[in-house]
Amino acid sequence: MSETAEKVKKIVVEHLGVEESKVTNEASFIDDLGADSLDTVELVMAFEEAFGVEIPDDAAEKITTVNDAIKYIEAQQGEADKA
Amino acid sequence: MNDATPMTSLPTGTLMQGRRGLIMGVANDRSIAWAIARAVAAQGAELAFTYQGEALEKRVRPLAASVQSDIVLPCDVSSDEDMDRAFAVLAEKWGKLDFLVHAIGFADKQFLRGRFIDTPREAFLQALDISCYSFAAAGRRAAAMMREGGSLLTLSYLGAEKWVPHYNVMGVAKAALEASVRYMAADLGPDGVRVNAISAGPIKTLAASGIGDFRYILKWNQYNAPMQRNVTLDEVGGAGLYLLSPLSTGVTGEVHHVDCGYHVIGMKHPDAPDLTIEKG
Repeated sequence: MSETAEKVKKIVVEHLGVEESKVTNEASFIDDLGADSLDTVELVMAFEEAFGVEIPDDAAEKITTVNDAIKYIEAQQGEADKA
Repeated sequence: MNDATPMTSLPTGTLMQGRRGLIMGVANDRSIAWAIARAVAAQGAELAFTYQGEALEKRVRPLAASVQSDIVLPCDVSSDEDMDRAFAVLAEKWGKLDFLVHAIGFADKQFLRGRFIDTPREAFLQALDISCYSFAAAGRRAAAMMREGGSLLTLSYLGAEKWVPHYNVMGVAKAALEASVRYMAADLGPDGVRVNAISAGPIKTLAASGIGDFRYILKWNQYNAPMQRNVTLDEVGGAGLYLLSPLSTGVTGEVHHVDCGYHVIGMKHPDAPDLTIEKG
């Protein structure tokens, strides 16, 4: 598991108060982890803060699973490395 | 701490000892209402909270518990019955009230982009009802419990005074809210109840996540405010403490800017970088 994936999962566990074993790559924040609509906004804010990335609204709307978040953040970090 | 660095720790003391206040509009620990609640609690205030809906209840309860508050009441401010019920519970539990923090606003997100002029009637009325009328409605009920005087505080934003991109119907609602502060100040002044607003600079709260291009607004303020940074939650909390405490007994009808000075700016600072809006 990449460092980013680990950190994303840790944030999800802490924010939603769910068991670590439930936070799989495929887990949907709302359907599998019991997040409400405010949780999803708060999670995006937490990711932005933890990773120093910007997740605009239209991208945030597409982040529905743990893996979506990891992929998006890794792509952003790749961009930053190139710059 | 000196004047050039933001306040980083809450001053503790007894300024609010023996005072009871209702905080309406905490969403989570990044809420401005929470920052104010924390600041007055650190000075000995006793607090009650209202929330709207289950999603907010589960966020507000633990925060309330962290400041030893066990009065956490449901209240949809668009319902007179809900308001009556919440204040009736408060009257029964406390009898008297010393201050009220109103940090409630709402506009349908889809109208916080595009042109203000295209706002439909329903969206306009809802924004004005929840963001502006609710302050008068809550203020009237609160003031009735303030037999030894008191302080009402609401939250505004520069978009009430000047055009700010995307703020649209919220700007118009905040303008009406700021006018309400003046009229309510005159209404309640004879009873020793003060009415003020804080116009805070942009802060990344849950509510702000509904405003388009908010990061651009944050950066623009950071580069162009006289202090060349954005305001912190605790700084707004500190100003809230001042307006709710005996430190400000001579102040009413005021809209107090806590925005690192941004409201005095008429033009972009020549040294500030040019900003473009980053799209996804």
